[in-house]
Amino acid sequence: MGKKQLLGILVLSVLITGIISCGKLMPEAPADDEILDGPMEGLTPEQRRIFLRGDVAFNDEIFSVNNGLGPRFVATSCGSCHAGDGKGHPFTTLTRFGQSDTLANGFLHLGGPQLQQRALLGFQPEQIPADATFSKFTPPANTGLGLLEAITDATILALADEKDADADGISGRPNWINIPSYSLLRPGTVERNGKYIGRFGKKAAVYDLLQQTANAYNQDMGINSTYEPYNTYDGLEVDPEISNQTVLDVVFYLQTLKAPIQRNQNDADVIAGKQLFMNISCGKCHTPQLQTGLSSIAALSNKTIFPYTDLLLHDMGPDLNDGYTEGTALPAEWRTPPLWGLGLSKNSQGGQLFLMHDGRAKSIEEAILLHGGEASQSKINFQGLSSADKISIIRFLESL
Amino acid sequence: MKKLFLLLSFVLALRVAFGQIDPELLRKPLKDTSGLQLNMDAVYNRPFIQLGKLPVALGGYVEANYQYLSEDGVSEGHQFQMRRLTLFISSSIAKRIKFLSEIEFEDGTKEINIEFASVDFEFAPLLNFRGGVVMNPIGGFNQNHDGPKWEFVDRPISATQMLPATWSNVGFGIFGKKYKKNWVYAYEAYLTNGFDESIISNSENKTFLPAAKENGDRFEESFNGSPLLTGKIAVKNSKIGELGLSYMGGVYNKFKDDGLILDKKRRLNVFAVDFNTTISKTNTFINGEWAWVNVDIADTYTEQFGRKQQGGFIDIVQPIIKKPMFGFDKAVLNAAVRFEYVDWNKGSFKSTGHNIADHIISVVPAISWRPAGQTVIRFNYRYNWQTDLLGNPPSKLAGFQFGFSTYF
Repeated sequence: MGKKQLLGILVLSVLITGIISCGKLMPEAPADDEILDGPMEGLTPEQRRIFLRGDVAFNDEIFSVNNGLGPRFVATSCGSCHAGDGKGHPFTTLTRFGQSDTLANGFLHLGGPQLQQRALLGFQPEQIPADATFSKFTPPANTGLGLLEAITDATILALADEKDADADGISGRPNWINIPSYSLLRPGTVERNGKYIGRFGKKAAVYDLLQQTANAYNQDMGINSTYEPYNTYDGLEVDPEISNQTVLDVVFYLQTLKAPIQRNQNDADVIAGKQLFMNISCGKCHTPQLQTGLSSIAALSNKTIFPYTDLLLHDMGPDLNDGYTEGTALPAEWRTPPLWGLGLSKNSQGGQLFLMHDGRAKSIEEAILLHGGEASQSKINFQGLSSADKISIIRFLESL
Repeated sequence: MKKLFLLLSFVLALRVAFGQIDPELLRKPLKDTSGLQLNMDAVYNRPFIQLGKLPVALGGYVEANYQYLSEDGVSEGHQFQMRRLTLFISSSIAKRIKFLSEIEFEDGTKEINIEFASVDFEFAPLLNFRGGVVMNPIGGFNQNHDGPKWEFVDRPISATQMLPATWSNVGFGIFGKKYKKNWVYAYEAYLTNGFDESIISNSENKTFLPAAKENGDRFEESFNGSPLLTGKIAVKNSKIGELGLSYMGGVYNKFKDDGLILDKKRRLNVFAVDFNTTISKTNTFINGEWAWVNVDIADTYTEQFGRKQQGGFIDIVQPIIKKPMFGFDKAVLNAAVRFEYVDWNKGSFKSTGHNIADHIISVVPAISWRPAGQTVIRFNYRYNWQTDLLGNPPSKLAGFQFGFSTYF
């Protein structure tokens, strides 16, 4: 081997080593505040392992005919509805059917409450019964759910003002629901006539993340578990198609996903926008700050959080009345959706926005203008703002 | 499995026997130097070693690599991979009856496949009969996939994740060639077992033709009793290059079982065009393939699974240095680049009318060194942009791959 060739090898080796060690040729990780997924701080190594198992089950486990999908379904995986743990797209919008009174869903024997509009080859999808009312629900973002779960009933009740005692036109109230037998009561749970406070879902008709997860497997994908053993296709009890461990791993994953991190907090527009948001009374329902109670997961306990929700039902007016209800919520009543993560919605909705419960609003401003009922005065206040002030509010909401 | 074991034992026994004999007895079959070889000839155009006048010839290739990839800032670290060990056995049974086979061990022994095992009967140059496990002639890569022929560590995404390379099935067919001056014209047509419903019901969450490879029963029975037709015509001019047009189609679903009608017949159709040429002035080799997939999927099934797909790749390989290096007389140093694109779901959402995304774009610059024509050492840098179904910001994957592939 000649000297030139040895030199050549040396140069090539140095070049290759240099290139490999040059981080710029590798894609950088997005900043923490630009993505919704990822665990919250303070988890133990053991908890991080469970988180990872739940992450795989949630985002990577795809259901097909071989592992229990359907035969009727909405989506083939959890991640299909919550890309990057963010808000969903109309492609996986959920349709719920029932009736407009609060006497419990009378269509459970006909496949209610959720429509499975897709089916395996050779099967027909479900149809909405002729006399049923229905509403469409855009899948929500998953982040920060564990923190919302850790808020005490007392905190929620303290925010309620069912009879509008302060005469501000806003009268939030909890949705009192029946809970499944497998749900464990959280410390300090308040019971009223055998019913409990729901806090998840568009109508706050879900008690905890275990119920949410078991229901989603069952109603969205047709996957039965010991928690929800009845097949949505024929209503018969069937063998579990997923283990309890997997369901619990996914619950843990949802509980410990980090809360969205606000961006541009020091931007003048954002600061002004937040002040205006509070001034026009948006914050009366979209409560900026809450405190969690005790949780079996230390990282969730006694945290101050900024979800911009009160987890209560509010009458949103006739335009948002779909004639469908869950629990004791009336058809025009909707749970205040958390606003944290709102600014990252485009990154999970295909570069567009599909806001409000059914995705009808294509921009934040349109969503504000669709508010009615208890939120009418806030909407009128917003309409009365200058263009610059409106932009400030929108900048603030985009920063969440 | 038992048969495979016997076959392997036979191969190993032969190799031991070779070790005990005079290497002068080993000879390589004569190579076609006409410049008119086509992709379809790849199964013949391999280095075999023959023992004296024995009618059996042996060959194979091996490839291994190191890679360091990172996706959106998260890396699995340093990976060493033994991608393939492939053994070829061929035999001239009679003057115009030949047996060819290819047995592949992938990722260690994670997958063991008979990729090719057929008997060819030559009645005339234009009429040959082939039966056994055949490689369906869709596109160019599926038949011409040997690692040492390529300057890239990874096989093309479109060929392996949209089309199902290496895709082979049990069946029969005919093929033939006609030479005319600088031209060669060729055709192939086979009826084989085919796809199954896993192509639209799988863990990839997309229409994924390679999922059908998991069905090992396809070498024993057809999923639905309906044959898969694969046909190709190719033309090559020794100065211009090769152009191939191919089609593969058939029913993929179980429309009838035990005499009962379960569904209507649902077809899968694939069209592909492949080409390759060498620009004589610069000796630049250009090789590419593009394919279109159409799958009849019920409207009531999820849009997650694409009704239409398309994608392909183009490789450009430029020899930079051709001279003896490190004692290898015919060493060549190449610079190369591959561009790839696959759209796994062409169409639009019913709910919004917006386009469905679900596509990948990839660029792979490479340096390869060939100490000899049958061996390649290659260094690749890969960058992928993968966009999900909804069209959210793409995930980015990049990294380095270094490895070798050689016939033996």
